[in-house]
Amino acid sequence: MMQTEEQNTSQAMQELVKGIWKENPVFVAVLGMCPSLAVTNTAVNALAMGLATTFVLLFSSILVSLLRKTIPKQVRITSYIVIIATFVTVIDFTLAAFFPDIHKALGAFIALIVVNCLILGRQESFASKNNVRLSIMDAVGMSLGFTFALLCIGIVREVLGSGSLFGLSLFGPHFEPWIVMILPPGGFFVLGFLLLYFNWLTERRKKYH
Amino acid sequence: MSELIWIFISALLVNNFTLSLFLGLCPFLGVTQRVQTAFRLGLANIFVMLITALASYALNTWVLVHAPYLRLISFIIVIASAVQFVEMAIKKLSPELFKALGIFLPLITTNCAILGLALFSTSKGYNFVEGIIYALGAGGGVTLALVLLAGIREETKVLNIPKIIQGTALNLIIAGIVSMAFMGFAGLFGGH
Repeated sequence: MMQTEEQNTSQAMQELVKGIWKENPVFVAVLGMCPSLAVTNTAVNALAMGLATTFVLLFSSILVSLLRKTIPKQVRITSYIVIIATFVTVIDFTLAAFFPDIHKALGAFIALIVVNCLILGRQESFASKNNVRLSIMDAVGMSLGFTFALLCIGIVREVLGSGSLFGLSLFGPHFEPWIVMILPPGGFFVLGFLLLYFNWLTERRKKYH
Repeated sequence: MSELIWIFISALLVNNFTLSLFLGLCPFLGVTQRVQTAFRLGLANIFVMLITALASYALNTWVLVHAPYLRLISFIIVIASAVQFVEMAIKKLSPELFKALGIFLPLITTNCAILGLALFSTSKGYNFVEGIIYALGAGGGVTLALVLLAGIREETKVLNIPKIIQGTALNLIIAGIVSMAFMGFAGLFGGH
């Protein structure tokens, strides 16, 4: 009895940790590209987007996992989408009411969390097949990984593109910002080079082990 | 009339959905191995966008004025049904294309470009004709981006590229350069 309890815990931990690094949704699985490029021109926006996605993913996973035996197989995708859209509507209205600045900065991209492939992907491949406890762990892990990735991109783009971090100026008045970094091409370049860096890390690790 | 042309050009080039608004990146990075497949996926996209534009206009005029909180849910259901319809049509008309598009066909449902179109055209307050023109421009822009990237990727296949750059990293960097080129369109029509 003790042993199964322990196994359960270790499996849950595994589900939590895998999303952060080994199966990172952005850097490894390349999911949820649109928000990870569109709203990462400052670190604050990136963090807000990460937290909003965390909320939606967590609650959708809980609900889908609870309903996994009730939802008929043929209409599952539509059901997941409706569940996700409901939670996105909740966060959309909540942000509009309490944090109008952030809501304005993120614009339509809050509503577009509905079509983040990461969320639907987790419902289809994990929450619909596992119990609530594991689904929560998986959702939290994936969200942490997603938020971490967004923050990485956001920090690089803000530091280079505006010479500041979380709105605080870093380099003083003589710094000439790389405007291109906060424009659309900068998003592609930063993510491209981050992926390149992770590929290089993986290759190197393979070589030495 | 010039207003309509401006809406079209703006959606096609200046505010290109894929390259400057980052919408619809999954198929952009996933289905661009061959120009032909990319082009056909683009056409399927345009078709779904047109249906979505029609439906979102109708919903916006008759339903959402009474219940604005249903906006997202109703849009996404309309899009999912439209995609289902296109999927059945393609499966019947061209089984080989159906195979080539694979998972990316049903994934049009979760293609942010489609929902983005519905959200933007209602938030910009476009009327019926403007909405249709906007959908055509946006769909054309997505197709253009898909075909451009597929063309460049076909060329890179014959090059000797270091292994660590291959894959998504390379595609993103190419996309960044294409996106930079598209920034040149921002000055079009006196930079409105």
